[in-house]
Amino acid sequence: MDRQLLLSKLKTIVASYSHDKDALEYLSETTDFTKDLKINSANLVDVVLDVEEEFDIEIDNLSMERMLNVSAAIEIIESKLKEK
Amino acid sequence: MPNRVVITGLGVVAPNGVGLTPFLEAIRQGHSGIAHDPILEQLQFSCQIAGKPELSQSLITGYFSELELKNFNSSGILYGVIAAMDAWQDAGLHVAATAEPDWDSGTIFGTGTSGVDKFREAVYKIDELQARKLGSNVVGQTMASGVSAYVGGKLGLGNQVSTNSSACTTGTESILMAYERIKSGQATRMLAGSTSDSGPYIWAGFDAMRVCTFKHNQSPEQGSRPMSASASGFVPGSGAGALVLESLESALSRGARIYAEVLGGNLNSGGQRGTGTMTAPNAIAVQRCIATAVRNSGIEAKDIDLINGHLTATSKDALEVENWSIALQRSGTGFPFINSLKSMVGHCLSAAGSIESVAAVLQLYHGFIAPNLNCEDLHPEITDRIDSTKIPQKMMTKNIEVIAKASFGFGDVNACIILKKHIAS
Repeated sequence: MDRQLLLSKLKTIVASYSHDKDALEYLSETTDFTKDLKINSANLVDVVLDVEEEFDIEIDNLSMERMLNVSAAIEIIESKLKEK
Repeated sequence: MPNRVVITGLGVVAPNGVGLTPFLEAIRQGHSGIAHDPILEQLQFSCQIAGKPELSQSLITGYFSELELKNFNSSGILYGVIAAMDAWQDAGLHVAATAEPDWDSGTIFGTGTSGVDKFREAVYKIDELQARKLGSNVVGQTMASGVSAYVGGKLGLGNQVSTNSSACTTGTESILMAYERIKSGQATRMLAGSTSDSGPYIWAGFDAMRVCTFKHNQSPEQGSRPMSASASGFVPGSGAGALVLESLESALSRGARIYAEVLGGNLNSGGQRGTGTMTAPNAIAVQRCIATAVRNSGIEAKDIDLINGHLTATSKDALEVENWSIALQRSGTGFPFINSLKSMVGHCLSAAGSIESVAAVLQLYHGFIAPNLNCEDLHPEITDRIDSTKIPQKMMTKNIEVIAKASFGFGDVNACIILKKHIAS
């Protein structure tokens, strides 16, 4: 999947959990989910579930623990897509 | 000196009115909130009528963010938060936008169960081996204290934030617990209230016990018949009521409108001894609860103008009236006026005490007695003891100084509270 398309899909997902709409506007690969987007840490699990559904992949617990920012999320999504 | 405690804010989500103004109008006019419930019919309940508050999506989005409503499925929390935030606003209080909580304000907000529909959703997922897909919000919506947690967060409360639970006594108990906390000086302001989930998964257990009426599926508005000879069981209901309790000193210092003073009350249990069981009251305990509430309030039984009873429309109504009569040593034309809100809203279970207390405060403040519906045929054991003129079937305009409100619940638990009109000195 094209990196830009992937990023825009991810942006749509995190948008509903983000409490910082400015940071969301400037979402990039360096954006951190909790520090920048101010996503409540409990909602990180919801982000992962939404990602699983959107990309039709399964994210294991170890990967889930690492999925704290956009670059890790992209890396995990891309690798899970490859495994398909 | 213990603090005097007054009520300065009210909020309500009731089957016959959502919000204070519609509810006040409904109880003045005697509007029934009982309707046929197609879901109960579909599920082949014996009782297919219920009292359920009607909430529009646009109203709901005024209280909850889009994120909060994502995967939200707890009617009890929904009702509780709306009633609580309305009461806070009605008291002229603002939600602190600061990072610091309001250390002097807390809540005791009760419920019977929380988020039963959310729980059902989770149970299905778990059994389908999808536990990992539950998401983050099952706990917050299904823990018993979900409602007080939501309310505490919405209002930024920094004092005690807790949920009480004592079956159908819950709402009245929450007011007394909040009252005690302010009286003893541990809090300045407490939001007291209670809520109850809606729907078949809450009401089924009662339906199975055959304590709900099955005779009025075609005539819902006549279904809830407290004190009537033809009462045939209660009509299940749901909703929430909320009251802001505050020290008199605090209320006066901020120039708040004072609806009523909480003079005192009492909580007790019959211990499931004597005539008391899990489901039936120990009459001695009920009488003792009422008599002690009167004594704790520093009034005499003769001072009570109006009783807002528990009176659910089961065969126990006559016994309740007898208990009041014995406890207050008043009968015939000497008995106070008595009414039951349940004729209009059904039995709102864990929310009953708070919704009915909101109604009681409104009657005190606005000087009227709400009508008793559906008791044209008063139960003879009731009229043997008290005069029928004491059970108004039409709205009465009347100055009321003192109201006694009681609630009784499964587990043989009792609560009685005494409210007095506040006269500015």
